[in-house]
Order: sequence, then structure tokens, then C-alpha cells
Amino acid sequence: MSDDTQSGAYTFAYLDEQTKRMIRRAILKALAIPGYQVPFASREMPMPYGWGTGGVQVTAACLTPEDRLKVIDQGADDTTNAVSIRRFFQRTAGVATTEATMDATIIQTRHRIPETPLTEGQILVYQVPIPEPLRFLEPRETETRKMHELEEYGLMHVKLYEDIARHGQIATSYAYPVKVEGHYVMDPSPIPKFDNPKLSGNPATQLFGAGREQRIYALPPWTDVVSLDFDDHPFETSKAPHDCDLCGAKDSYLDEVITDDEGGRMFVCSDTDFCAGRRAEGHEGRLGGDQKSSKTFANSFEGIWPATAGAR
Amino acid sequence: MYVAVKGGERAIDNAHAWLAEERRGDPAVPELGIAQIREQMALAVNRVMAEGSLYDPDLAALAIKQARGDLIEAVFLIRAYRTTLPRLAASNPVDTGAMAVDRRISATFKDLPGGQVLGPTFDYTHRLLDFTLMADGAPLTDAVPHTPVPSPRGRDGRGGETPRVPHVMGFLNRDGLIETALPDDTPPPDLTREPLELPADRALRLQALTRGDEGFVLSLAYSTQRGYGRTHAFVGELRIGIVAVEVDIPELGFAVEIGEIELTECETVNQFRGSRTEPPQFTRGYGLVMGQSERKAIAMSLVDRSLRWQELGEDFTGAPAQDEEFVLMHCDNIQATGFLEHIKLPHYVDFQAELELVRKLRAEAQAMQEAAE
Ligand SMILES: [Zn+2]
Repeated sequence: MSDDTQSGAYTFAYLDEQTKRMIRRAILKALAIPGYQVPFASREMPMPYGWGTGGVQVTAACLTPEDRLKVIDQGADDTTNAVSIRRFFQRTAGVATTEATMDATIIQTRHRIPETPLTEGQILVYQVPIPEPLRFLEPRETETRKMHELEEYGLMHVKLYEDIARHGQIATSYAYPVKVEGHYVMDPSPIPKFDNPKLSGNPATQLFGAGREQRIYALPPWTDVVSLDFDDHPFETSKAPHDCDLCGAKDSYLDEVITDDEGGRMFVCSDTDFCAGRRAEGHEGRLGGDQKSSKTFANSFEGIWPATAGAR
Repeated sequence: MYVAVKGGERAIDNAHAWLAEERRGDPAVPELGIAQIREQMALAVNRVMAEGSLYDPDLAALAIKQARGDLIEAVFLIRAYRTTLPRLAASNPVDTGAMAVDRRISATFKDLPGGQVLGPTFDYTHRLLDFTLMADGAPLTDAVPHTPVPSPRGRDGRGGETPRVPHVMGFLNRDGLIETALPDDTPPPDLTREPLELPADRALRLQALTRGDEGFVLSLAYSTQRGYGRTHAFVGELRIGIVAVEVDIPELGFAVEIGEIELTECETVNQFRGSRTEPPQFTRGYGLVMGQSERKAIAMSLVDRSLRWQELGEDFTGAPAQDEEFVLMHCDNIQATGFLEHIKLPHYVDFQAELELVRKLRAEAQAMQEAAE
């Protein structure tokens, strides 16, 4: 435990107990009405809006000293903002952290759902920039709230239909809208639509926090979630048509890494824990032998090729 | 086999160390003290207090130092600190009529009870760089004979009670020429404790505006002057000074003064030809900002007036400054800068999804073109 928590400079997990109670009430309401956006009095956090303040507040309200926290951004534990948020909770809550999806009790994520299936009792906390799926069709909150109340989602279907008319398919690749338990249309946060099927029937509790927009919403375990589509244009997931170059996985979501200025590229799992686990089990991809982890590629600050450029 | 590269952690640590070094600048130059910033950068301190919604000049000065002079970053530091503070009590409404004014001007009346007090203003300075300030010398203005003006403050150790300075609007009100501001004892909502829900009442709008970004509020106000939701405003009165903050102590049965704060208050008189529901009379816009923040207070009162179109039975012309949702959802610079700047965070998962989509769409378009040929 750090000095800060020992000296009592912060309450456990930073937020005062009154604020945590307010957020827990919002979470409970959100769980009772799956997919409904519950307004909450989001606080200013010591990281900027847009950096995951909604997710951080939800995590802070859920954390207990016994929890084991995992934080990922773009699927990776080692992206700078994931590191920063993990450190924040280490410092203010002193909780144990892990990179293993299986071992975590709470996982805060930005833009991905882990590849390893979640289990009952786990909580997945999403960071949400714009919670309103109708926002880009109707900028006014006063209007969109009415549309949700009346289940008036015609505008969304028109938008999807126009996509098909123009492009032959629905041209939304991430933050793909879903319908929850046959009622609320919900923004799943900017996860790739590849992850959408994992939203439905998930044994874990899924909580969504939007700090700047002051909204919390939720999917309780085993909630039915359907990605919007048409009978003649059913929803399809998509990913780069490759295997992971490090672990050889055929079914994981991939990051594309540019390896030189002559068009060279490789594809690696975006979920670093998943990829590392497979490699530890002996799976090997096209370039798996040369001692690089997907973490190397997950973090551009190290450069594409670490230390020596000789590997080229 | 598996090599964990902790690039993110190391990059962050290095960035922080470098930032600290940059903040300090050349170590051969003496370090700025908090008191120096508080005393000599007072208007920056005021802005940080106003938009940070926390009246504490020392902390605001510290935030400015820590933020390397980036005022929005400083506001952010103050906001993040403020949110951790417990609510001990709510003060009584401050009485700006009892303000010990440093400055009090009216653009609508040449003279008025209480007098015009120019105060420490830039208004009639010639904007010529004063190079003596650069040479650590005495400022040029000290060269001209300087007659000290007795401070209008009654509380500065002279023992006298502050004389009441009546509001200009009160004079107009006596003749029924200006709309009456009816007293309202409804407890105001608290933007920082409740989620912003629309439509908002005037108290909530004013709360959002007073901590809104000065630049944003300024430009909106300016837009109303240029015809986007015209406000036809005159500064009825602008006053800057010190007011007492009092808190009711239930155990004692009376209010106790817990301190003093500096405020800028602006009331505009707005031309109004009458509407379907209201008779022709002057209407009001109101601005109240912590510290000496007169540009902000004037701008706030124009935007306030513009947002009152519905209540006064005016037409909505579609002007941004009339649009409550547009104004309130976008005036907070901490929200705005956070969302704006977050696009520099990694988005490669989304971008990868977009790449795949564009590649697919292009391949299909090409196939169709080839089929057509
Ligand atoms: Zn892999």
C-alpha cells in the first residue's frame, strides 16, 4: 500500500463515501432497467474527461479491498492510459492488480471486451465517451430522451437503411448500436463490432460509465443484447482476415502494426493477455519465434522494433 | 519466450520527470513564489477561481504555477481538488448591495447615488508596452504625481460600516420601466452535485455560465451583439468589490460572518419592445463572477438575457446564444478540453475496424466497376 492511502490523504478509491453511494444507487437503477441511461452527478476526477472518468467512477464505486483489478485500453494492459488508471487505483485503493482476465474480479476497459470468456461474479466496466446511440442523428438530449421513452427508433433504422442503399452494407464498424431486452437501443461504447456478440448472454455484470455526459447504464448478467440489423442484411462481425503473427490465433481481434516504410505489416492480438497466454501454452504465429510480445507492439512509445533495429 | 516490455510505465515516468524540469525552466532564474503569482498575476488567479468554482487565491496561484501558466489546466487542478472537499454548510445569499466597491460604473446614468468609481481599470490605459517593467524598474505610471485616493472600503481596518451602495436597477424599477425581478426563495439546484437536466431554470443557467469558459461565454455574448439573438444591452451597472459571506449557525440562532470574497457583478439593461405576453419595458441580464472578472461578468449577463427568450415571450431565432442546451452543454472548458484532447489517446482498435470497413467497401466498389466494364 502506498503512503497516500496509509496516511489517509484519500478515502478508499479516492471518492468520498457519499459520492460512492450516489454512484451505487445509479448503478443499481441501471441494472434494474438494462440499457437505460441513468443520469448521475459525475464528479471532476484527477484525470481529464475523455480519459475514462466515467469508468473510473464506476470502478471506484464497485471496488472493495479484496478485489483484483485489471485495466485495459485497446485490449492491452500496458497502453499508457491503462497504466495510468491502474496506478491510480493502486495508489488510492491499494487493491491487487492483475493482467490475467481470469483472475480479475473487476476489469475496466476502453474499446474492447477481453477474448477470454468472462465468468459469473466478474464486473466489466466500460469507459464511454458518448452514451447516446442517437446523438449523431439528433444532437439534442431533450429529444433523444423522448425517443427512448417512446421507443421511437425509426431514425436509427433509416440511418442503417441508408447505409445499405449507399454502400450495400451497414457502414458502422465500431460503437455498433444494440437493442437490449427488446427495448432500449444502447451504445456499447466504441468497441469494434467484432466484440458485439460477447455483450449478449454474458455471465459477467457489464457496467458503462460516461463521466462528461453524466450517464451510467448497465447489462446485468445473461441479458439479451441484439445488434441492430435487417432480415436481408443480418449483422456480421468483422476483423482483419489474418491470424495473429505472434500466437497464431485465428479468432481474436487483431491490431495492424506497420513494420517498415515499404508496406510491411504484421497483425497481432489486440488482447495482450490472451496472446501472451497462448504463447505460454506453446502456440506460435508466423513471427512468433523472435522474442517479441504483443505488448511491444501495443505500445508505440517503445518504437516498432525495440532496442535494435536488427530484427528487420 | 515471453518478454514483457513495460514501455507504457517507463514512458509515463519519463514524461513526468521531463515535465517537472520544463515547469521549473532555467534554474538560474529565481523560482516563482505562490505569493508572487497571487499578488502579481491576480487576474489569472481570479479566472482560475471563477472557472474552478473555488474561492482560494493561494490554491489558484499554486495551480497556475503547477500548470506552467496554462489556465485551463489550472482550472482543472482546482476542480479536481474541489470535488474532494466536504460540504460543511451553505452560506446565505451574499448581499451585493452591501459590497465594499472598488469599482462601480454605470453606462446608463451619468451620475447616481453612491457615485461612479472608476477603480483599478485598464479601460483608459494606452496599450503601450511599459519597458520599465522589463528592466525591474519602477513602472512609468509612478513618474506622474500620484494622489492616493481613499479606499472606498469600509472594512479595511478603519472600523467604519460599509455604506450601502444601491443598485442602479432599483432606480429604474421604481418607475416601472424595468421588469421586476421577483424574489425567489426556491433553493437553487447545485450543478456540481446533481446531473444537469434540461430544461434548466435561470439559477442553474447562471451557475453554469459563471463557471463556464470565459472565451466561450465572451464569444457567445459577442454573437448576440452582432445579431445572432440580439440582446440590445447597456451596462446598467458593473461593480467590483468585497462582500461578506455569512453562514447561519442553528445553535446560535443567527448568522456569522465567515469571510470575505471579491465579486464582479454586472446588470444589463436591455431594450425590449414588448411581446405577446410582456409589455414594453427594459429587461435584465445578470452576471456574477468570483474575483475581478469584468469581461466575463458582462458577457455572462448578455448570454443570460439571450437565454431568457422563452420567459419573455420572444421568438426563438435559432441563434446559438438563445439555445439553452447548446450553451449549457458546451460552456464548461474542463469537459470541452477533455473530450477534445482525448482523441490523441490510442484509438487503434476503432481505427482498425474502420480500416477493414474501408478496405471492404473499396474492394466491392472496384469489383462492381470491373464487372461494369
Ligand atoms: Zn496473438
